[in-house]
Amino acid sequence: MSKELMGTAASPGIAIGKVLILEEENLDYQKKTVEDVEGEKVRLHDALEESKEQLQLIKDKVEREMGNDKAEIFQAHLLVLSDPELISAVESKIDSAKVNAEAALDETVEQFATLFANMDNDYMRERASDIRDVGSRILKNLLGIDSINLATLDDEVVLIADDLTPSDTAQVNKDKVLGFATKIGGRTSHTAIMARSLELPAVVGVSEILDIVENGDQIIVDGVDGDIIINPTDEQLASYNKKAEEYEQRKARLAQLKDLAGETKDGHRVELVANIGTPKDVKGALTNGAEGIGLFRSEFLYMDRDSFPTEEEQFESYKEVAEKMEGPVVIRTLDIGGDKELSYLDLPEEMNPFLGYRAIRICLDRTDIFKTQLRAILRASAYGEVKIMYPMISALEQLRAANGVLEEVKEELKAENVDFDENLEVGMMIEIPAAAMIADILAKETDFFSIGTNDLIQYTTATDRMNENISHLYQPFHPALLRLIKRVVEAAHGEGNWAGMCGEMAGDKRLAPYLLGVGLDEFSMSAVSIPEVKDQIRNMTLEDAKEIAQKALTFSTAEEVEAFLSNI
Amino acid sequence: MVEKKVVIKNETGIHARPASMIVQLANKYGAEVTLEKDGNEVNAKSIMGIMSLGVSKSTEVTVKAEGEDAQGAVDALVELLESGFGE
Repeated sequence: MSKELMGTAASPGIAIGKVLILEEENLDYQKKTVEDVEGEKVRLHDALEESKEQLQLIKDKVEREMGNDKAEIFQAHLLVLSDPELISAVESKIDSAKVNAEAALDETVEQFATLFANMDNDYMRERASDIRDVGSRILKNLLGIDSINLATLDDEVVLIADDLTPSDTAQVNKDKVLGFATKIGGRTSHTAIMARSLELPAVVGVSEILDIVENGDQIIVDGVDGDIIINPTDEQLASYNKKAEEYEQRKARLAQLKDLAGETKDGHRVELVANIGTPKDVKGALTNGAEGIGLFRSEFLYMDRDSFPTEEEQFESYKEVAEKMEGPVVIRTLDIGGDKELSYLDLPEEMNPFLGYRAIRICLDRTDIFKTQLRAILRASAYGEVKIMYPMISALEQLRAANGVLEEVKEELKAENVDFDENLEVGMMIEIPAAAMIADILAKETDFFSIGTNDLIQYTTATDRMNENISHLYQPFHPALLRLIKRVVEAAHGEGNWAGMCGEMAGDKRLAPYLLGVGLDEFSMSAVSIPEVKDQIRNMTLEDAKEIAQKALTFSTAEEVEAFLSNI
Repeated sequence: MVEKKVVIKNETGIHARPASMIVQLANKYGAEVTLEKDGNEVNAKSIMGIMSLGVSKSTEVTVKAEGEDAQGAVDALVELLESGFGE
């Protein structure tokens, strides 16, 4: 029987296929005394061989698709599998205690992991989880559990999970994975962002999904409207096949807008630019017609590695993007903390990480890290239209302190005769209500603002965007947000600066008329959203947009605002 | 027994990538190869052994080898350790 569920549409498109549930595997085993110790050793070696083959496949794929850097960790995992100390320790435990391979392996792995967990170096402590990860793989193979390898799927599937981790999504093979549906998450969760960058349909926050689906069920994931249908009827299938086809046609039509400007019918130009994480994302930005990069999330260069990226490594990445893009490239300085951690930077556990030690707050404290990054960005500014943007500024003092460090770095570079763009623009994100309220003051000492709506909504409505119990309070259409945005844009224009937006709101086509109407100059979004927003903007006049904006500001509730803007 | 002392130069010490390089190189030799730091001696063909030494920048380690191609093994490893692992 068919069953329908609702979630949050996280990435557009329609996926129809067989369910594959990704779940935590049960690795319980019985500790047993054995007579045939040689037999246990053979089982151990078979499991080690199988594990090696699996890891080799993953390593090769990651190397091919994501580069040597990302594959290094798998090389280390492979060497753990053939580590003579580990193998002889397990074998001697089988010999002396006459226990089965599962128990001998698990106990030995735990001893090694504990050794690392107790070391006085954060990096080495982190390695305990790598050792346990390899240990679980061997144990799975001993227990005969077929673990799902996302990199080497044979059939086309729709992935269903509680949530997808970055390592899951890193392994996804786009030829085999048709789409995702997850139990938790919202439009800005990792899964949602990854789905959009992979251009795969996804629905997130489908709370009942894991209670209802089974492997092999047929499922429809409608990433346009957020609907899920399990085991659809023939009529439903036919109607969704048609919807999928219409979606593809619309996408093809929008693709033709690629080289056209973001311009209203009466000739008002705005800049439509993309948010990216790494130089690899430039391709998607260009395919979707981005005129530049409005948000380069530099923290991605710092993630998934075991030490800080050097100035040279950063410079190469920034330069690559600056050279590939004809338009501006706004590089946001390191935004770490909150929900983003670095294994090699020991940050204290916090009660409220989003209100804690993060982003510019860390950089102004650790100027060594900050200066290395600023040097790399400045050097890259000799190769394109690079701009610097600080995240999480809440007061003028921080802006001045950051600019102070920037000036020091510029002086250093001048003294070393290193080329950079002396007139490069320096701006800040507006994501804290305090900054929005003093935008007129901040505008005097910046060249531009970019409104970071994901955090601005979270801080303005005091709503944790990851908490599903209160997700209805996380409201982009809240009248408070509309007012703050208008205020910020006006403050920027008051000083002759430009104002942009780089949060998810910028890519919501329902909001485009409002943003256009209050005078937003730059819209930066996931590259895949650009065509829809461009279509919307090209089909209206600035006068229409101004009227819509004025009208939108007269409503008292988010519900009224949303209803009004959704029906234009 | 052949042995030689070397000081680690790269910024981040012997983390996963350098440790992998050491093991892969040591595996090319039949000799028994070990690394010693402050009296702790580990098998240079064991990635976990090497990493458990916790070698950071500017520490001195001793490369030792015993067996037929011991001299070649020590020379090759010392060269790798002194190169800073290409960092």
